Amino acid sequence: MSKKNIGNVWVFIEQDTSKIAQVSLELVCKGRELADELGVKLEALVLGKSVKKLTSEIISYGADKVFFAEGEELEPYTTLPYTKIIVQLVKKHRPNILLFGASGVGRDLAPRVASTLLAGLTADCTELRIDDFEDKISKTQHKDKLMQIRPAFGGNIIATIVNTWEDPQMVTVREGVMKMEEPDNSRKGAVEEIEYKLSEIEKAVKVINRETTEKSVNLTASQIVVAGGYGVGSADNFKLIQKLADALGADVGASRAAVDAGWIGHDHQVGQTGVTVRPKLYIACGISGAVQHRAGMDASSKIIAINNDPDAPILSVAHYGIVGNLNEVIPKMIEAYKSKV
Amino acid sequence: MKIILFAKQVPDTQNITGDAMKKDGTVNRGALPAIFNPEDKNALEMALSLKEKYNATIIAATMGPPKAAELLRETLYMGADETFLITDRAFAGADTLATSYALACCAKKIADYDIIMCGRQAIDGDTAQVGPQLAEKLNIPQLSYVLEILKINKKKKTIKVKRAIDGGFEVVEAPLPILLTVPEAANEPRPASAKKIMSFKKAMTGFELQKKHGDAIYEDSELLATEEAKLRKKNLWIQELTAADINADVERVGLKGSPTKVKQIENVVLGGGSLKNIEPSIEGISGLVHELIEDHILG
Repeated sequence: MSKKNIGNVWVFIEQDTSKIAQVSLELVCKGRELADELGVKLEALVLGKSVKKLTSEIISYGADKVFFAEGEELEPYTTLPYTKIIVQLVKKHRPNILLFGASGVGRDLAPRVASTLLAGLTADCTELRIDDFEDKISKTQHKDKLMQIRPAFGGNIIATIVNTWEDPQMVTVREGVMKMEEPDNSRKGAVEEIEYKLSEIEKAVKVINRETTEKSVNLTASQIVVAGGYGVGSADNFKLIQKLADALGADVGASRAAVDAGWIGHDHQVGQTGVTVRPKLYIACGISGAVQHRAGMDASSKIIAINNDPDAPILSVAHYGIVGNLNEVIPKMIEAYKSKV
Repeated sequence: MKIILFAKQVPDTQNITGDAMKKDGTVNRGALPAIFNPEDKNALEMALSLKEKYNATIIAATMGPPKAAELLRETLYMGADETFLITDRAFAGADTLATSYALACCAKKIADYDIIMCGRQAIDGDTAQVGPQLAEKLNIPQLSYVLEILKINKKKKTIKVKRAIDGGFEVVEAPLPILLTVPEAANEPRPASAKKIMSFKKAMTGFELQKKHGDAIYEDSELLATEEAKLRKKNLWIQELTAADINADVERVGLKGSPTKVKQIENVVLGGGSLKNIEPSIEGISGLVHELIEDHILG
């Protein structure tokens, strides 16, 4: 290991009340892959009130080492203490790559850290891989750089971004985009506690009160998703989507248009501004299939599109297309399924 | 109380029409109308509510080409007090780090601010990075995703806000000066005031003034100065700022100041299937359901 003269791959582990965010574990799995390809170690860092006990879980997903810092003032999250500790650690160990979840916390923290380090940062990457880069403007060659691939211009194009300055190469990735692998509880790794000191100014932002509710659904774990779009027509009609989902033992998804119309909550939104799903079966009902939606579900094993428009873009990613009125097709599907099982 | 609003003029990526995409899948920027970045309008609305409540002064600034003056006129129509257009060829090609550096230089030039506000993110990049990076460059704290300003204590110089977090919200207290980013969910921006449109539609930059008078004014610096003075007197002057005006280090702005480079731009290529058409009849649908059960996709 570490045969090349570059730093390691790092993952920032987001946690709250000693529960690790799913996106962080997905990034540990992706980080493992990148570290292996580069021949370096995968290291993680986790901050909070009581986080030492989380280190073995992080190692089981693929980390070689976990840095942790514990303290009352590190929970709930505030920007400046986290920035200070991460920057201090990055300056000391000089990682090559630094991955953050594109969560509320990650999107607040990563830019602050990047700005302090004068590092490049790319938001919401949908793919990461290692490749060489030739900067045609400065005529410089960069070996083994992180290709940071992301949608841009409202999701209408895909851009590959490269950080050409000194390390770390920083990115954020949304939940559900990278695949989670099975943990290996026999994995061994190192653990190191970080010492830190905060100034009064760094502690000046105080969280007075906090209210959160559990997500009503976690579509990233769903095997079957029945999703409705604007073509469903009304909140009342949306019950039909729920009915089909109930019959098939599926979860309900939605396009942005259906969420914006108020027919269903944001937790159900699939696509670039919602969640990315990869179920065994995705049934898109009355979803025309804007590119932003398709990008969040095109990795599904099988896709059925029910739409009254034979030219709907959703059909370009579907395996099965049923062109017809969903108010007639869905009841038939429920009936067909019930008679088969 | 002094508020600086940073806003951006963006291509309208939310309403991409047929000819906005070229055949090779890239964006035809020219075909997209330039609009006021939606969440920057939410930030302006929040600033205006502070103007009403605390008698704050709002200075609106944007970085962009000469035509971005249109956005600044819009801020005046809604209620901003003063405007700055940060414009210089040196700023072209900036990524979020170089952008936040330039905006920080502008904020330092304006000076003595209590609050800096901007939208959570711009719809052309959706990165949400410039706000936090700008706060870092100014060495002030940041509060992102602010839904509501609950209280400002002018004496103690503190602010209390409600901000969105994943799965809920939190109430936070912080010292001033501070940077706030505002999401769409925070409010409904007010429309432009008809009276203010009448008052400010003739607001312009030096660039626009020269354009209005044609080439003649280039040769008559006295006329130019007189016209500028007239506009300033009526508060119709949109101040242009170059890299030199804001004391920006040219090595840190534009493409030169940007660590990230675009390697390539591609059409969106999506996975997915060889489409099989299913008849919307009970026979067709039964056949499909049967096939999916056989393949263990439906249980």
